[in-house]
Amino acid sequence: MEWKKVAEQMFPTGHEIKQYGDLLSGEGRCDKQTVAVIGTTNHTEVGVELALAMGAAVLAVIRDHPGRPIVFLVDTSGQRLRHRDEMLGLNGYMAHLAKCVEMARRRGHAIISLVYEQALSGGFLANGMMADVCAALPEAEIRVMGLAAMARVTRISEERLTELSVSSPVFAPGARNYLKMGGLDALWEGDLSICLKKALEHIDSTDHRSVNGLERGGRLLAEPVVKRVLASA
Amino acid sequence: MTMENLKYRFDGGKPTQGVTSVVGVLGSGNLEVMVEPAALGGACEIEVSTAANGFGTIWQAVMKDFFARHRAGDIKISVNDAGATPAIVSLRLDQAIETYKGKHK
Amino acid sequence: MTRSYYESIARARIAGLLDADSFHEWLSAADRVTSPHLAILEQPAAFDDGVIIGQGSIAGKQIFIAAQEGGFMGGAVGEVHGAKIVGVLERAVRDHPAAVLLLLETGGVRLQEANAGLIAVSEVMRAILSARAAGVPVIVAIGGQYGCFGGMGIASRCATTIIMSEEGRLGLSGPEVIETVRGVEEYDSRDRALVWRTVGGKHRYLLGECDVIVPDSMAAFQHAVTASINNGDDWSLEALEREHQLLSDRVKRFGECKDGRDIWRKMGWPDPDAIAMMDNDEFLAAAQGRRAKQTVKVP
Repeated sequence: MEWKKVAEQMFPTGHEIKQYGDLLSGEGRCDKQTVAVIGTTNHTEVGVELALAMGAAVLAVIRDHPGRPIVFLVDTSGQRLRHRDEMLGLNGYMAHLAKCVEMARRRGHAIISLVYEQALSGGFLANGMMADVCAALPEAEIRVMGLAAMARVTRISEERLTELSVSSPVFAPGARNYLKMGGLDALWEGDLSICLKKALEHIDSTDHRSVNGLERGGRLLAEPVVKRVLASA
Repeated sequence: MTMENLKYRFDGGKPTQGVTSVVGVLGSGNLEVMVEPAALGGACEIEVSTAANGFGTIWQAVMKDFFARHRAGDIKISVNDAGATPAIVSLRLDQAIETYKGKHK
Repeated sequence: MTRSYYESIARARIAGLLDADSFHEWLSAADRVTSPHLAILEQPAAFDDGVIIGQGSIAGKQIFIAAQEGGFMGGAVGEVHGAKIVGVLERAVRDHPAAVLLLLETGGVRLQEANAGLIAVSEVMRAILSARAAGVPVIVAIGGQYGCFGGMGIASRCATTIIMSEEGRLGLSGPEVIETVRGVEEYDSRDRALVWRTVGGKHRYLLGECDVIVPDSMAAFQHAVTASINNGDDWSLEALEREHQLLSDRVKRFGECKDGRDIWRKMGWPDPDAIAMMDNDEFLAAAQGRRAKQTVKVP
């Protein structure tokens, strides 16, 4: 879905979100509350400039609007695959953005993310996956890598991977697989403004993904393993 | 690519005391070997999980040779293999049993 | 004579860095907490899923540690592997050791369990930041054959301190990935000197992407870890704003550069090609005032 449509549905009483290149930034109103909106569009690759711009936007919210919830609108085809961005330390820029989000959370900002188009690996780790509530539209595409590329790297045939992906959510792309594994909190269907309102009413700032993965049957070992480490003599 | 699981048991070894040990890494052309104490009435049990299929007779020969050299009993050996040569397998088994025995105080 | 960190396997690194006989492993090999996702793909699963965790002491200070084994699936993070690291970090939040030490050697997410791996890396990132927010410094060491890439390249930069050797490599997308997608003209993954100028230890040190650079020896890493524990942590908005400034300046100063050499020249190195030839001490001495970040003191 186009970001403007998402924004209209999410903020029916109005918003001031602007597009600057592939960056989205601004604010919207949810009931009487103002929320900050930061995001990307055009399935963009996140390079150093974009990661830095999102970090700046988060720091600005922390400074100018203490406690204001932050909504990330996620649409990225992953980290920018360029020699130049690697040379400049793209991982450090991504980590900086993640740290900005964590700092916001620890200073009382609710963090919500919505994957409205695409989310791929590196571009998703630094903002969307750092949220308290990470949601996706049902048709959104979430993945680490497509099955064809995965078949090349793992030397397992694409047919076999496709066959296995029917019964296992563990490697095949798709929002529903991430939901089952606890990587997503919810799929947002219907009225997006109500989805957002509900999410803001139920913010849990602890990382509950491994518990969700266990309860939903998609990731059975993560939570028990963490518990065993905590209980080890 | 198919995986194979192989099991061996050698009776009549010397009960060998030690502390559970792991040597080696499950990486290409390499293997990891774990030796654990086990009350097996002097027997040595070996379980191999290998990524290379169809080498059962070679594994059998290497394991037999290992047992003949060490006569170590009351131990359980577990092997995860990623296509190591018989020479590397023998070397790792020797390292594993020495580490197992050496750690015992 | 001291042993090479680069050449050592993860268990040897733990033994080499920690005080003698101080290491106590959690979920050891005998517990067989292995990946449930590999057998179906006809691949054997390592006893420890490629990461060794536990507690021990270094120079008498109690620390928690996780060491990735690059030899098993390139140190890639799967469900169990990631959860073991998260467990160490959550335990640190509860028990407050002097530090958590992460010996990272990884290509990132394990594709055989891609979704679980990606979520696990994200959980590691949040857990690192939780440990820091709880006052426990998280120290990362990078000096193995496989470097530190993918999501774990991001996770490593969430830590308090990164210690690298010249041989260490740190980045997000590995050179092979970029070459596959964009072509050899963009990034020739077989040009080792180019790769080193892009993601190698000295370049990362000059940029300020790592805090300490050491020669490739167990003793040097050990010394640097001890010093880093003593340096403590600064998890604050002010520190984050300083980092933001540093990263903004970097794009402004070096954003047009095509090669690591161009960056080093702009930093004031008259002969960038000489950098590769310098030993660690010469390099550190020459790097004074020619680095994009204030030097962390290692006495």
